[in-house]
Amino acid sequence: MTEKAQKIVELEEVVVKFVGDSGDGMQLTGSLFSDNTASVGNDFATFPDYPAEIRAPHNTISGVSGFQIHFGQKPVNSSGDIADVLVAMNPASLRANLKNLKRGGTLIIDADTFVLNAMEKAGYTANPLEDDSLNEYHLIAAPISRLTKESVVDLGLDGKVALKSRNMFALGITYFLFNREFKPTDEFFERKFGKNPIIVEANKKVLRAGYIYAESVVATATTYTVQPAKLEKGSYRNITGNIATAWGFIAAAERSGLGLYQGSYPITPASEILVELEKHRQFNIKAFQAEDEIAGICSAIGASFAGALAITSTSGPGLSLKSEAIGLAVVTELPIVIVDVQRGGPSTGLPTKTEQSDLMQALYGRNGEGQIIVLAASSATNCFYFAYEAAKLAVEHMTPVVLLTDGYIANGSEVFKIPRVADLPDINPRLAKANDPNYAPYRRDEETLARSWAIPGTEGLRHRIGGLEKSDITGDVSHDPENHELMSYYRDEKVRRVARVIPKQEIFGEPEGDLLVVGWGGTYGALKNATQEMMAKGKKVSMCQFNYINPLPANTAEIFSRFKRICVCELNLGQFVGFLRMQHPQFSYDQLNKMQGLPFKVSELTHKFNQILEEI
Amino acid sequence: MIKDTVVVPELTKEDFVSDQMVKWCPGCGDHAILSALENVLPQLGKKKEDILVISGIGCSSRFPYYVNTYGFHGIHGRALPLAMGARIANPELSIWVASGDGDSLAIGGNHFIHAIRRNPDINMMLFNNEIYGLTKGQYSPTTPMGKITKTSPYGTIEVPFNPGELAVGAQGTFFARVIDANPKAMTEVFLKASEHKGMSVVEILQNCVIFNNGAHKHLTDREHKDDRQLWLEDGKPMIFGKDGNKGLVLDGTKLKVVTIGENGVTKADILVHDSQIKDPVIHLLLIRMKYPEFPVAFGVIRNVKKPTFERLLVDQINEVKKKSPYKCADDLFHSGTTWEVE
Repeated sequence: MTEKAQKIVELEEVVVKFVGDSGDGMQLTGSLFSDNTASVGNDFATFPDYPAEIRAPHNTISGVSGFQIHFGQKPVNSSGDIADVLVAMNPASLRANLKNLKRGGTLIIDADTFVLNAMEKAGYTANPLEDDSLNEYHLIAAPISRLTKESVVDLGLDGKVALKSRNMFALGITYFLFNREFKPTDEFFERKFGKNPIIVEANKKVLRAGYIYAESVVATATTYTVQPAKLEKGSYRNITGNIATAWGFIAAAERSGLGLYQGSYPITPASEILVELEKHRQFNIKAFQAEDEIAGICSAIGASFAGALAITSTSGPGLSLKSEAIGLAVVTELPIVIVDVQRGGPSTGLPTKTEQSDLMQALYGRNGEGQIIVLAASSATNCFYFAYEAAKLAVEHMTPVVLLTDGYIANGSEVFKIPRVADLPDINPRLAKANDPNYAPYRRDEETLARSWAIPGTEGLRHRIGGLEKSDITGDVSHDPENHELMSYYRDEKVRRVARVIPKQEIFGEPEGDLLVVGWGGTYGALKNATQEMMAKGKKVSMCQFNYINPLPANTAEIFSRFKRICVCELNLGQFVGFLRMQHPQFSYDQLNKMQGLPFKVSELTHKFNQILEEI
Repeated sequence: MIKDTVVVPELTKEDFVSDQMVKWCPGCGDHAILSALENVLPQLGKKKEDILVISGIGCSSRFPYYVNTYGFHGIHGRALPLAMGARIANPELSIWVASGDGDSLAIGGNHFIHAIRRNPDINMMLFNNEIYGLTKGQYSPTTPMGKITKTSPYGTIEVPFNPGELAVGAQGTFFARVIDANPKAMTEVFLKASEHKGMSVVEILQNCVIFNNGAHKHLTDREHKDDRQLWLEDGKPMIFGKDGNKGLVLDGTKLKVVTIGENGVTKADILVHDSQIKDPVIHLLLIRMKYPEFPVAFGVIRNVKKPTFERLLVDQINEVKKKSPYKCADDLFHSGTTWEVE
């Protein structure tokens, strides 16, 4: 360390955002910073935000890739609204993100990239480093490209190769600002590039060069620390929503004793679930990359018929393709889980952006009366528990279950308290016993109305089922009018009765008050932050985030009845509020909707809440 | 691996007749196919419980209801993906797929080629009546060009698929052709299909009495059938004809029909069938033979060895199990970077 008197300021929470061209390695930089944050013991949440193209046009606004991390010494609910520190690797990324930097925030820029051509592509008419436009920020305009090349000159790397690690220079600057250790990052270099010692060395050098540059050149000597979060005792790790989803199914397979089968077709932003499960053949996982979305789900139904814990994962357009097959699982009353990692729609829409606009499709997107269970996970770590819950409900109630997540929580990461598989709830598949004289394909359990699961290979239980309407009890094909009505009732009532076993809806805050903030799924973090902010100002605001969408928890109306106003906030044009109006028409609902492919900002939410409170 | 040491009680055809009323039209070719399968199932050496029949949609797809095994009647075109999932989930079952020309070559065409390419041990009975029966008479992907149907009132303007060409093109390991009018041969071919470890496609030329009656009549009428059908057997010369004196030879890169005893042709000149040769060229030539220039080829045309999808998968699972540091989910969850909070 230098002898310069250093002032270390302690912060409660910080938001850092790394932005650059889509080839600049911003996702890697962000995840290295996240791992480092984990090693400090902070709680955190991240939000990768990248273009749909693998390499979008160089130096353009549409090619900007970003990674935001929010970390703190208190529980962190979301990836944060506005950045305290913005690292911008080129003019386009600066132009696209400056509005997300707090006034007075720290702005780290690669000054070498501010050349005429790049500035023009970004839409700058004047060099922002030379006019006064960045005066309100704490600007660190470092010659990152040049210094990166210089720092590895003794390794004999040519300039082009050297420049690939300039993101590590920027990372080094942030490590200085937040008093971070190199060790976890060095270990990553060794793991990742171990076969190529020069590259390991180059990355280490560049990382340190950034750190030293900041230490010696940066005008202010103030650096920051964020104390470790006071987390419950236990083991922790960093996890993204998609990995958590995959792991939830692995845990469910282990607890249920069923073989895990996945039939899926790659689709953004759901592919990582397939990629993760394909890795773990050691757990007897049979993950199958099908020829299309339809084959994915149909193979899952075939595997389910054959006795597997069968899942298929997709995103909105894929869910559309799976519609008919979901109906087949409804009528054959076979357990499958369909994961829909929602993205902006309709059609191809915004593949890499988040949205909550598949709710109606999940609830109703099939022909006939085809009620199914719909669940929604509300954060990256929560994906684990709801994948597990989806599997449990499917095999215990013999029905397809749709699990909705979204691009935001699927790609975002959080600190995950690692559960013990033995501590998770029991899963009891309704397997029929060999030669059971009472077995009939559509004989139902009195309490749940679920039929039992007789899998091929089981003696004495041979039977035929399929998409044609079934006779009550025998399961024979039937076109009888009364039977169709009866079976329709059973299928519907079976799903309704799931409300008897799911937990009551929880409420954050007081059980009564002026305003109840209602959300579902992945908006949890932002809604909670906004609610907390309102509470801190003494407002009588509480919040309900729904994970169980269909059926709704049994106490929903009771909660709603104790508030003067109810505001349903969602990233669509009002799908959940529409569903609530149908399910609980006795209440009137306010709504806040956003359709920008981006999560809610706390300020957008509190603005709306204050408006409502003023009307009371 | 497949266990073959299970003691299986003696089964008869009657064990596989279900209690459901068979609702195909009288005279439909499907009856003969059902009967042939019921004849084959007792010979598999499998327990009744270990047999699964899967179908899509169409007349032929009612098949599973009529066979007293485990059965699944799927949705249109999706019999093969359903079977694929069951196959992967349980590599021990004997799986039979019943699917028509529309079900497997139109709406399910994508699944057809991909299933074949992957070579799962599935026995596919492809009912080819060259028409859509259940929807009442629209043309199918195998309807001959020019044919007048409900949806081609002026004749179709589409070139039909030849299922065997698709199967071989998709790197199929087993392709056979049979005809509903010859149930004995069908039974034998089904048995060979079941013995094949991999995906077997048996194209069954089947008559739809209502919407395409007589589509295959030119091949079956008593007078001409011997001249128009060539039944292939491994190691036997490709000889056919009422008088048993016609045969096939290679003329350059083409097949040619010759008459033994004419122009110096002897029996020794006739091509000898080899279904097990990996190179598919001759198999394709045989599959493509069409009346009236050629007899139509029947029997097992192609039957080559290749590992099955599920065997490769199970091998991989066993291999990864040996090497993996993770014995249970808890091991995985604690892998990589983790930290403790006291």
